[in-house]
Amino acid sequence: MFASETVETRVKSIQLPDENVFKNLKTARRFAIDIGGSLAKLAYTATVQRKTSRVLEDDKDADSIYQVSDTNETVVRLHFVKFETKFIEGCLDFIQSHIRGVHSSLREMCLKVTGGGGYKYEELISRKLAVKVDREDEITCLIKGCNFLLKNIPDESFIYQRHGSPEYKFQGVDLNIFPYLLVNIGSGVSLIKVESDNQFDRIGGTATGGGTFWGLGSLLTKAKTFDDLLLLAEKGDHREVDMLVKDIYGGAYSLIGLPADLIASSFGKAARSPRKSSHNNIEETQTQFKEEDLARSLLLSISNDIGQIAYLHARLHGLKKIYFGGYFIRGHPLTMHTITYAINYWSKGEIQPLFLRHEGYLGAIGAFLKGAEEDGTLQNAEKYSWEENFAGSSGLAQSSRVLQTQNSNFDMLELDRLEKATLPFPLLLDPDLYQPDTVDLTQDTQARQYWLQCFIDGTKKQEEQAIKSQSQEEDAVTRAAMFREQYLARLEALKLNPCAFGSLNVRGLLDMRSHILKEFNFTDSYSQQKQLENEQALRCLADRLQTLDGISDPGDRALELARGLLAGNVFDWGAKEVADIMETGELRFEDAEEKLQVRPWLLDDFDAWLGKRLNGHTYHCAAIFCDNSGADIILGVFPFVRDLLKSGSKVILCVNSRPTLNDVTYQELLILLRRVAAICPVICEAAETNQLVVMASGQGSPCLDLRYIDEDLVSMLKSEGTDLVVIEGMGRAIHTNFDARFTCDSLKVAVLKNRWLAQRFGGDMFSVVFRFEEGSRLNKQPGTCQDERTGIYENKQHGTSQ
Amino acid sequence: MAKGKPDYDNLSPTGHRNPPMPWFGMDIGGTLTKLVYFEPCDLETANEEEAEALTTIRKYLTRNITYGQTGIRDAFLEMQKQTIGGRSGSLHFIRFPTSEMNSFIELAKAKNFPHLAKSICATGGGAYKFEDDFKHQVNLELHKFDELDCLIEGIHFIDRNNDKCECYYWKNPGDSKLATKEKFDFRNPYPYLVVNIGSGVSILSVRGPAEFQRVSGTSLGGGTFLGLCCLLTGCETFEEAITLATDGDSTKVDKLVRDIYGGDYNSSKIKLPGDIVASSFGQMNLKERRENATPQDLARATLVTITNNIGSIARMVAVREKVERVVFVGNFLRVNTISMKLLAYAMDFWSQGAMKALFLEHEGYFGAMGCLMEYMKLGQKM
Repeated sequence: MFASETVETRVKSIQLPDENVFKNLKTARRFAIDIGGSLAKLAYTATVQRKTSRVLEDDKDADSIYQVSDTNETVVRLHFVKFETKFIEGCLDFIQSHIRGVHSSLREMCLKVTGGGGYKYEELISRKLAVKVDREDEITCLIKGCNFLLKNIPDESFIYQRHGSPEYKFQGVDLNIFPYLLVNIGSGVSLIKVESDNQFDRIGGTATGGGTFWGLGSLLTKAKTFDDLLLLAEKGDHREVDMLVKDIYGGAYSLIGLPADLIASSFGKAARSPRKSSHNNIEETQTQFKEEDLARSLLLSISNDIGQIAYLHARLHGLKKIYFGGYFIRGHPLTMHTITYAINYWSKGEIQPLFLRHEGYLGAIGAFLKGAEEDGTLQNAEKYSWEENFAGSSGLAQSSRVLQTQNSNFDMLELDRLEKATLPFPLLLDPDLYQPDTVDLTQDTQARQYWLQCFIDGTKKQEEQAIKSQSQEEDAVTRAAMFREQYLARLEALKLNPCAFGSLNVRGLLDMRSHILKEFNFTDSYSQQKQLENEQALRCLADRLQTLDGISDPGDRALELARGLLAGNVFDWGAKEVADIMETGELRFEDAEEKLQVRPWLLDDFDAWLGKRLNGHTYHCAAIFCDNSGADIILGVFPFVRDLLKSGSKVILCVNSRPTLNDVTYQELLILLRRVAAICPVICEAAETNQLVVMASGQGSPCLDLRYIDEDLVSMLKSEGTDLVVIEGMGRAIHTNFDARFTCDSLKVAVLKNRWLAQRFGGDMFSVVFRFEEGSRLNKQPGTCQDERTGIYENKQHGTSQ
Repeated sequence: MAKGKPDYDNLSPTGHRNPPMPWFGMDIGGTLTKLVYFEPCDLETANEEEAEALTTIRKYLTRNITYGQTGIRDAFLEMQKQTIGGRSGSLHFIRFPTSEMNSFIELAKAKNFPHLAKSICATGGGAYKFEDDFKHQVNLELHKFDELDCLIEGIHFIDRNNDKCECYYWKNPGDSKLATKEKFDFRNPYPYLVVNIGSGVSILSVRGPAEFQRVSGTSLGGGTFLGLCCLLTGCETFEEAITLATDGDSTKVDKLVRDIYGGDYNSSKIKLPGDIVASSFGQMNLKERRENATPQDLARATLVTITNNIGSIARMVAVREKVERVVFVGNFLRVNTISMKLLAYAMDFWSQGAMKALFLEHEGYFGAMGCLMEYMKLGQKM
């Protein structure tokens, strides 16, 4: 007893789970666990309470348009934690001690268990947590989890290409995931053909899997753990152990196309000829082979074999996509490369091997969803949209270097439920091909270096703003410092492995920043700033409208409206170089207009836009994606909207559902609209007659991901027959959607407020992008759509030539 | 790869020039070299010196069953009363490790082989690898023949000319008491699959006498079995490894379905029997299980793993090629009834009896046989 306790203590002192691993246990509900032979994955849902700001209209105070007050918001979050099965007891103890007394209801709940280790630990779990344990079918859970991830998490799957640029080619969101082959590599291997959510079939399996690697590896080397074996393999040279084609032929067997370096016989060199060993004893002959070489040979032979068997099954069943899940791969590049090589070799590139960022969580997610569906914890779990919380999720471990330095034994995934379901933007030309981000920073090294440094440099300012926004809070300084530390650590990690969280882009960097800010309770750092600027801008609106009405020539007026839209967009706390000027408080709307590039603009389709407007073309309904508070929305967007309204168009103002930076939010815009209406009769009437409406976009980012649009907005866009899309600002029209094509006319308007980016486009600070494109029809000929899409560099030329 | 249809029943018609004696076919594989030697019984030679040299070779080969430390003649495979090149005689089947190739070359020199012939013919990878050695050390030109051509020709020739039955299958392979070898009529075999298990594995799809191609293969073959057994048990030879395996129990090493699920895996859609291997070597990550596993158990598990893997790949290739007969050949099957029965059982079980695993008595010698036949054809051009 005593001996076992000391062992336990020693283990615990290294591996003790804490509140940073099993978060929010106080509100945890609905546990599920997937216990594999080597790794256990715990899933639960919890509610996260955090402070946010709320705006309330204040009619009594003439000076302020609304009051900003603190309020609590509740976020439903799914937690997934992965740890080695051998620590399960310690983890259960930790959970038990943290939920004890909190839930009496837990007792009545049953906990879903899946995975091969399920039946072994059932009793332990039931005893420790005092819950009823309910076992779920492993394969059903795997498929459920896999479908959920593929549908909900962007860039969940990727192609691995060693020495490729990028090394990981992420697949975005696949709208048509079926049919596919799921190869789940646990101790053994199961191959499952999946045709729909409920239609799947285990079409094969092999016993040569992760357990074989681990078992044989333990016999052949002194490695203690699975990861130790992988590290050995990384260092080894299989050619010392394997018999290659060239060892038999002296070169390639070109007649049937076998390359010289192809492995002809795995471990073939370890088969000693009797004479070689007859004078040596076993110990001596065994030392001929290095552990590293043996481990590598083993890894390659098993990965190759799995690849080949997966290919054969996919071929027999006519499947073109193979996803790999289970604990064997662990994001290990050598394994992924070998499997990819095998499948490409056999299928001649016709079948695509795809890996999953969260390969280890499939079973746990599936078991959790199964339970949640049954007890109603998450009614219609699959109808909600989920967002990966970058603040609490671990990234992909990439190289052995990362594996070695990873001191945490816990890997986490957190998914936040969005308040409402989202759908793809209905006016995209080709939703299958749509990819929001303009530049893939995993591919573009120069851009990656610039932006990572840019965000590192800007972190201090964000920290200060966060403190400023909660100056009355005692712990604001501490929390802000924690934000800075965590964000900087993430940015440094991304320098090492840009692919850790899916495709890297400016949008992701911005979102990660706001996730971490929220994690430390800074949900709306700019609330007071936005209020101040909204008030200032409102005071100038009447003058601005008067100025515009004073221009008699319709062309001149249209140009001034466009310039106003652009000038408003100069006011942006998200752009570091502009923020520096704004901090001095000396930027007036007129000054901003002065700063704009003179025509012709960098990308100048104004004449085309004007032509269409002067021709008497009336848009039926325009959807405008708004950017910043203050001058941008009030002095730039509203006058532009008024003009559209006057011409008879309906206008839908699409604004962020959740706060970020100084972007205007749905709640704020509702109040602002009433204030503007009080100043402008056109807007007032339009608002009353629903000719002008404000809608939440479903987004909470300074960028715009048109794959996730609020379902109510989507249905309105459709029912109103929207025929013009206006996207405003750098985040929404440059960093994202610059290349997006629509079935209706579109206008992308932005001022380049970042010198580096402006120069990359061939312009300078305050260069103007005014891109007008008529709607197109999807040409269903293969390839044409993509060919039509112009990349940023072609556009650079397009811009400078004007 | 397609060629004119060879005449297996009447090889080298009379009146055609034969190449010089001695007549050998050699298949130099990654691990083993296989020799087929034709011993003429009607001695008639051009001159006495040649006759003497030929006699020396003949006597050396036919009066011994072992050569040096490692060469072995499989006397039970000898085929008597064969007519080749108009001559009648016996076919002998000899093997030695490829690592002993230099001793073989020395022996050829000592037996005055180069005096008799300017060339020797060979197939297999080693034909390319050792070409220079033959040239420089014994001044012998190595005629290289494609190993797949040789393999198929050899199979067809031996099957037709072996008066004891060449081709067989296992009846009741799953039952150690009831399992028996049964004759199989292989005269009209097309289409069929050849799974040649040497150091590695090649899988050929054969649609006609000269219509075949390599369709698959795996590096997990006989070399992997022996290599792993040497590493895991310290054994030194294939025979030793097989003997160990015969006495071992792989369930002490592998993880079975019942080890994970406590019994059969039963869900609404998927059913797996409990005694099926879920993970080969799946128990060996645990120290106490490793300590309890004997060399015999490890050898058995290695054999079962490699065999099952080959069986499963072969079966899928057979489905893809729409073929029902799968012929397993190669020296991995020598003295290895465990693997043969496993393959037979697996083919039968997974195909619900639609597929048949076939075996040939001369397991690993078909390449060498085919090579000898190519040598005979060569005579016409010499």
